Amino acid sequence: MMMERIPVLKTYKLYIGGQFPRTESGRFYAVKTSAGKLLANACLASRKDFRNAVVAARTAFGSWCSRSPFNRSQILYRLAEMMESRKSQLTEELKSAGYTTAKAEKETDDAIDLVVHYSGWCDKYHQFMGTVNPVSSSHFNFSSPEAMGVMAVVAPEEAPLVGLLGSFIPAIAGGNTAVVLASEGKPLVSMTLAEIIHASDFPAGVINILTGQLSELHGWMASHMDVNALICFRNDATLTKKMAELASANVKRTFFHPASKAQEQTPYRLAETQEIKTTWHPIENIGGAKAGY
Amino acid sequence: MANTKNIKQKANSTPDRKLDFNGDWSYAPSLEGTEHIKIEKRYGLFIDGKFSAPKSGKYFATINPATEAKLSEVADASAADVDLAVKAASRAYEKSWSKLRAAERGKYLYRIARMIQERAREFAVIETMDGGKPIRESRDIDVPLAANHFFYYAGWADKLEYAFPGKKPAPIGVAGQIIPWNFPLLMAAWKIAPALATGNTVVLKPAETTPLTALKLAELIRDCDLPPGVVNIVTGAGTTGAAIVQHPSIHKIAFTGSTDVGKLIQKSIAGSDKKLTLELGGKAANIIFEDAPLDQAVEGIVNGIFFNQGHVCCAGSRLFVQEAVIETVVAKLKDRMESLIVGNPLDKNTDIGAINSASQLKTIQQYIQIGKKEGAEFYQSSCTIPAKGFFCKPTLFLNVSQSHRIAQEEIFGPVLAIQSFRTIEEVIEKANNIPYGLSAGVWTDKGSKIFNLTSRLRAGVVWANTYNKFDPSSPFGGYKESGFGREGGLHGLYPYVKF
Amino acid sequence: MQYLPPKSPSVDQVGAEEKVARICSRSIKKDSKMYALKMALNMIDLTTLEGKDTEAKVMQMCYKAMHLHDQAPNNLNLPTVAAVCVYPVFVATAKKTLNGSTVKVASVATAFPSGQSPIDVKIRDTQFAVESGADEVDMVISRGEMLRGNESYVFDEIAAIKEACGQARLKVILETGELNNLDMVRRAADIAMYAGADFIKTSTGKISPAATMPVVLTMLEAIRDFYRATGVMVGMKPAGGISNSKTALHYLIMVKETLGQAWLNNNWFRFGASSLANDLLMQIMKETSGLYQSADYFSKD
Repeated sequence: MMMERIPVLKTYKLYIGGQFPRTESGRFYAVKTSAGKLLANACLASRKDFRNAVVAARTAFGSWCSRSPFNRSQILYRLAEMMESRKSQLTEELKSAGYTTAKAEKETDDAIDLVVHYSGWCDKYHQFMGTVNPVSSSHFNFSSPEAMGVMAVVAPEEAPLVGLLGSFIPAIAGGNTAVVLASEGKPLVSMTLAEIIHASDFPAGVINILTGQLSELHGWMASHMDVNALICFRNDATLTKKMAELASANVKRTFFHPASKAQEQTPYRLAETQEIKTTWHPIENIGGAKAGY
Repeated sequence: MANTKNIKQKANSTPDRKLDFNGDWSYAPSLEGTEHIKIEKRYGLFIDGKFSAPKSGKYFATINPATEAKLSEVADASAADVDLAVKAASRAYEKSWSKLRAAERGKYLYRIARMIQERAREFAVIETMDGGKPIRESRDIDVPLAANHFFYYAGWADKLEYAFPGKKPAPIGVAGQIIPWNFPLLMAAWKIAPALATGNTVVLKPAETTPLTALKLAELIRDCDLPPGVVNIVTGAGTTGAAIVQHPSIHKIAFTGSTDVGKLIQKSIAGSDKKLTLELGGKAANIIFEDAPLDQAVEGIVNGIFFNQGHVCCAGSRLFVQEAVIETVVAKLKDRMESLIVGNPLDKNTDIGAINSASQLKTIQQYIQIGKKEGAEFYQSSCTIPAKGFFCKPTLFLNVSQSHRIAQEEIFGPVLAIQSFRTIEEVIEKANNIPYGLSAGVWTDKGSKIFNLTSRLRAGVVWANTYNKFDPSSPFGGYKESGFGREGGLHGLYPYVKF
Repeated sequence: MQYLPPKSPSVDQVGAEEKVARICSRSIKKDSKMYALKMALNMIDLTTLEGKDTEAKVMQMCYKAMHLHDQAPNNLNLPTVAAVCVYPVFVATAKKTLNGSTVKVASVATAFPSGQSPIDVKIRDTQFAVESGADEVDMVISRGEMLRGNESYVFDEIAAIKEACGQARLKVILETGELNNLDMVRRAADIAMYAGADFIKTSTGKISPAATMPVVLTMLEAIRDFYRATGVMVGMKPAGGISNSKTALHYLIMVKETLGQAWLNNNWFRFGASSLANDLLMQIMKETSGLYQSADYFSKD
């Protein structure tokens, strides 16, 4: 008797603090094809999962932002390498979500290229954003960008791979850490991506990915007092207004972008995740301006 | 040894090591003249290039906090008045300002800068009378910096595309700007100059206790022949501010003030297309290491907390001194405080003027009571303060704990909370352990230590071996609950453009 | 070397200049100005230190020291200067001329102004001045040794001269125009005081820059810290380039706000100057008469 091999199905979990836990709530939601066939059960992340992820992101922030930019650049590039080598897996994941082969391949290519693009920015945006300021007094004065901290990111609903990556990679390139809520309707590729991230050299907690519902999590994401900025690529006016209101609790920086903007390759996306720090120091000037010239 | 013998012999004759800073020679009053200063009995609203009575029909008094005498009364703008101002600003934006060549916009700003310089003394005296700050500061700091700010941004007007590589910056439209009472003219300059340079028009509300220099600036802007409506100045209190924030034709809000109000504004414009910058409160750490240039550090402490009566969002209100030098530093600081003169702000020798308002004085006094109750050691200089007007002696609290309210909350007065520390790790942790992040100070002779600190302190401005320095070319603004956006320098253009 | 002073604090030049600017923003008017002008007059070490000095010139200067402006109304109560400052060979003449007045005689010594002589010559130079009747000795430190880090040499030399001075008060000239920066000024001041200086003094007047305000501020701060540490008062003498009243008043403000009232007399503060006296007199006469003055009405000696 011919025995057909039964494929092993993957359990899709969450990505928090460099681990793949199930949601603490034990809840799930069914992810189906457009034809209604069950693809998998995704974790329905809870507010506590979000809270745990913020703790992980905060813990990771200090060492991530103080790594050398060159090192961050290499780690991002490593992610691109890992994605390239698992391109077919990503493409398959997108196809199972209903993409044509061509479209799936295009999005995977775009996603890899986006990571390469921002990898290159890691050790360059300082020179794009930084200035030496010609103050009138005898001081050396310069302004340079510094990572803002922990970002809560709502990835766009469409483009579940390139949109997802583009929603948080600029922030990561800029030395921030992030908790990202993946596309609700097409969440599965986010966990495949998480596995690839995990296999690249990212320290635990720098990138945390949740699957779940914005309608449930938006308030927690916007109001968390240990989150420094909120970046959102979904355009539900009621939800975004509510989030913007709640964000004021700790003067959170908020960025509500159209979904398409997530795929942009521009340092201005990275710039919004930076604080500008200005430093002053006296310049000793013995003998006045004449000395030395 | 001869030398030590000499020293010992002489030492015996002078056992008391106290320095006496009050002696026969004291400075006679040296008052800045007020004769040539013209303050109208009453000011209307500056809308569409002219002063007009408010639709509200209401006025309120502005007083001199040093004498409690009424200086003038100013209009209390209602929502209807604000609407007129916004309409004027929208019209000016559509009809004149956005049509003007950028270089010509710049020339108007240069004109304003020059005219402030010409009328500097008048502005300084009125600033001091209306706000209570010493004439030395308004004359040497506020007014020159205000003029310089216009001059700096004037030059940016026709160079904006070089500020934003790869982008075409465009103005946003009408900017609503709300400023505080601690640097009335300077904050007006910080707001108006970059807004106009980038092609926006403005509705600005000065603080209700210090409206006069903004109204004088309105006169000056009128005299500069700026197209009507490009700058509108409306006076009033919180409701006037709320009307600006809520106005649907305003697309940019810039606010400097308290964190509480900043949060309210952020909340109230949620869901709108309004761009927002906030410059809010602070509780800066000023950190003195044992290898610091101590005498300059003491001067930095004084500039940090007693500049402008401590009414400074970036005031160095938390002092951290390394254990080995804390006794020395505190002794030096107490000596230095003895030569600080508190009194008539119009006296050129006054170092600390009047607290801006009765209510602010009450707040400060409440915090002093809180500090005493919390068990911190209380110290004030021996100076006398005038019987009339709102004054507060320079005040220290020693042996403060990180959890004391006087170490956590912004007092906005001449009150310094002092803590000691042993290690760098400890002081960085304490310095950052606060919801604010506007500024910080570091004093040490060692360069590598400076850069360690300056990169790890979560604050928008870090002064190393100096404190409370400002310049139009230097970006200023906060981390965390101290707000977002920068004012000054190239970065100060960004809040006023869209791509 | 264990007797060298403890580590001196560093000095930030820009911060010191800012403090000076703040001191210079003080405005001295009316009574307080008159008080200060007279006080400054009474703090002057009227000085002539030139190769072409003669006995006659020294005698003239001594007369001027006692009679600053006899044309002034009596009720002005003009003081005399504090001292005259001359080379050792003129000490006897000065002493004789000033006999009976409160004006002291100060003599430079120790191979002034360069100090480039061996220590025994310097000691002999000092002894000669003291034997001739000098009340005060103005010595110079060995700047070369200071610059090359030989602090104990500088210390020992000052201590030796102090011993040679006997009862005469010792002023130690740091010649700050030849020191690197304010850090070194501060260090030299500390060394001088710990070695027994009664006064520390900025300059010889032969080197530019002579007294500058940041330098004087740094030295006053050193004096204050020394007093706090030991209980010993040390005097201060800026010298060279102080020729107008406004600058003199700024120095007095600096003393008042750094050291306090106890130093505001000629026991503890001096100006080493030659032309300052007439400018102060002109200012005093202006305050008295209300008329701007001309130099033609004030004798130059």
